[in-house]
Amino acid sequence: MREAAVISQPNPLQRIPGVAIVLVLLIALFSVIAPGFLSVANLSNVLVQSTILTMLALPMTLIIMTEGLDLSMGAVLTLTSLCVAIVSLATKSMLLGLGAGLLVGATFGVANGWLVAIIGIPPFVATLGTLGMAQGLSLIVSDGQSVVGIPHSVRDIYSATLLGIPVPVVMALVTYAAFHGLLYHTRFGTYIFALGGNREALRYAGLSPNRLLIAVYAIGGAMAGIAGLLMTARMNSGHPTAGLGLEFDAIAAVAVGGTSFERGNGWLLGTVLGVIAVGVLRNGLNLISLPSSVQVASVGVLVILALFLDGLRSRA
Amino acid sequence: MTDITKGAIVPPRSFLSQDAVQLFYRLLAALLICAVLAVLSDSFLSLGNILNVLRQASLTFFIASGLTLVVLTAGLDLSVGANVALSACIAGTIIHKTGSPALGILTGLACGGIVGLLNGIMVTALRIPSFIATYGMLWVLNGLTYWYMAGETLHGFPAGFRQIGSGYLFGLPIPVYLLLVFLGIGTLFAQRTIWGQEIYAIGANPVAARLSGIPVARRLLLVYAVSGTMAGLASIIFLSRLNSAEADIGESLTLPAIAAVLIGGTSLFGGVGTVFGTFIGALILTLVLNGMNLLSVSANWQPLVTGIIVILAVWLDMKTRRRAQ
Repeated sequence: MREAAVISQPNPLQRIPGVAIVLVLLIALFSVIAPGFLSVANLSNVLVQSTILTMLALPMTLIIMTEGLDLSMGAVLTLTSLCVAIVSLATKSMLLGLGAGLLVGATFGVANGWLVAIIGIPPFVATLGTLGMAQGLSLIVSDGQSVVGIPHSVRDIYSATLLGIPVPVVMALVTYAAFHGLLYHTRFGTYIFALGGNREALRYAGLSPNRLLIAVYAIGGAMAGIAGLLMTARMNSGHPTAGLGLEFDAIAAVAVGGTSFERGNGWLLGTVLGVIAVGVLRNGLNLISLPSSVQVASVGVLVILALFLDGLRSRA
Repeated sequence: MTDITKGAIVPPRSFLSQDAVQLFYRLLAALLICAVLAVLSDSFLSLGNILNVLRQASLTFFIASGLTLVVLTAGLDLSVGANVALSACIAGTIIHKTGSPALGILTGLACGGIVGLLNGIMVTALRIPSFIATYGMLWVLNGLTYWYMAGETLHGFPAGFRQIGSGYLFGLPIPVYLLLVFLGIGTLFAQRTIWGQEIYAIGANPVAARLSGIPVARRLLLVYAVSGTMAGLASIIFLSRLNSAEADIGESLTLPAIAAVLIGGTSLFGGVGTVFGTFIGALILTLVLNGMNLLSVSANWQPLVTGIIVILAVWLDMKTRRRAQ
């Protein structure tokens, strides 16, 4: 067991440079080479498109802080998105659809947490197994077809505005506020830092690390359920590959945002900046008409670079 | 993992050990599945189907055998499927452009090996945890392959080249002979060479391995390069069997390969497992999927079943090891 201390508040000054520099460089690069990148319409487009990723990357931050990983998030989002589509189509009710998505997402989250905490399977393999299961269930419930004809009440969520701000952005902001409060201003948040930093201390304090871990993964699953609603609304349909690879963008955002994979400390604002960096990278490459395959590859390179720098910093 | 006394260096595995018992159980499981399928389906015991199972299992085995070595070092290579896709597409292009299958095969193997070497460099020199480094590599390779192919499909390869994947020799599919060859090489390498034993030692306790003078980084590089090269080999077999190459052929290959390794009794925590076990694992997985196919279960169910099998295999492995301690 490592003797890392519980870190309650990371020192932001240490990390702002990394992700901020990446973001500024990307914005500078694309404002020069991509015409139209700096327009208000495009930038607000980047923000709206980043909302689904924000809702995955924030819980992913908590999971990675516990020295865990959730590879199943994209596949679970696909499944919850299909559940939202199918249930709202059958009942004509957006809320019942959301309820179904939340239930399925949270069930997968609890299953992930149970496999990791109680059974003791390494997180990347446990969630790789549930990834396969969620992918399979998505194919089975949809029979490989898109689910179309969903009610307007679902579709309108993505395009509606509240006080002039797009509803998805409002949802992402509320999510950020909730996670910020949870991580930095509750006991549960302190325990999450301890899960990654010093699990023994939790045990000595009479707490059950297993139950806390299950809760962290369950939050991840439930957020995939809410993000599933947004995905269905955005695509105006349920599609059996809608969330393919989204977990990777989420991991990328967390890694670029300065959360460590090995030391149990995380930084939520960094994750949000990381989400925007991934969004800017994809949007900019799109504007200079590079295909989405190149975007995927460059996000991969971004992650490896971020992890390399993280490794250098942890050794320094 | 800093405790030197934790986990002794594993002695050479003989066939009379605890592992032999474990392998025996797995063979028994395979036979049991065969018996059940023979009862449930008339066509299971037909020669055509059995040869089909063997050929299918050999494809999984090629990828899984290299992966076994990686898992023996307590690492993981999630990029194997994407590596197969990229290597197949590049090898296919070379064969189309030059008309020389030999050149294509070499390019495919080299492409796979280079990707594996890059994985090894990320794990050793850059010290990125293997599952996340190879996961990043997965998406880099995916992106490259889709970009390179741009939605195109390569097909129509020379008849001689197609024999590798779909030909027969003395009534057995050629991939089955390749399977036997690589099963032999893999087993000899892991069990009977010093390098193989050093790989077990690294997985059992990397600190002790380093302190006893094993060049850990070089062995890890070797292991990831071998895993990549085996993915390259699998890409050649795929290419010649399907007679076509597309960017998405690797997507459904990684999970079954990992499943085969884990069913075969190789521990995710390193130091325990055999290449022969992985062969049995590939066989069991193929039998299950083949059985579902024969019983007309939709292919949509395959990822679900494979995912459940992965989790069950790790669970069983952990239970038996806990009891043994």
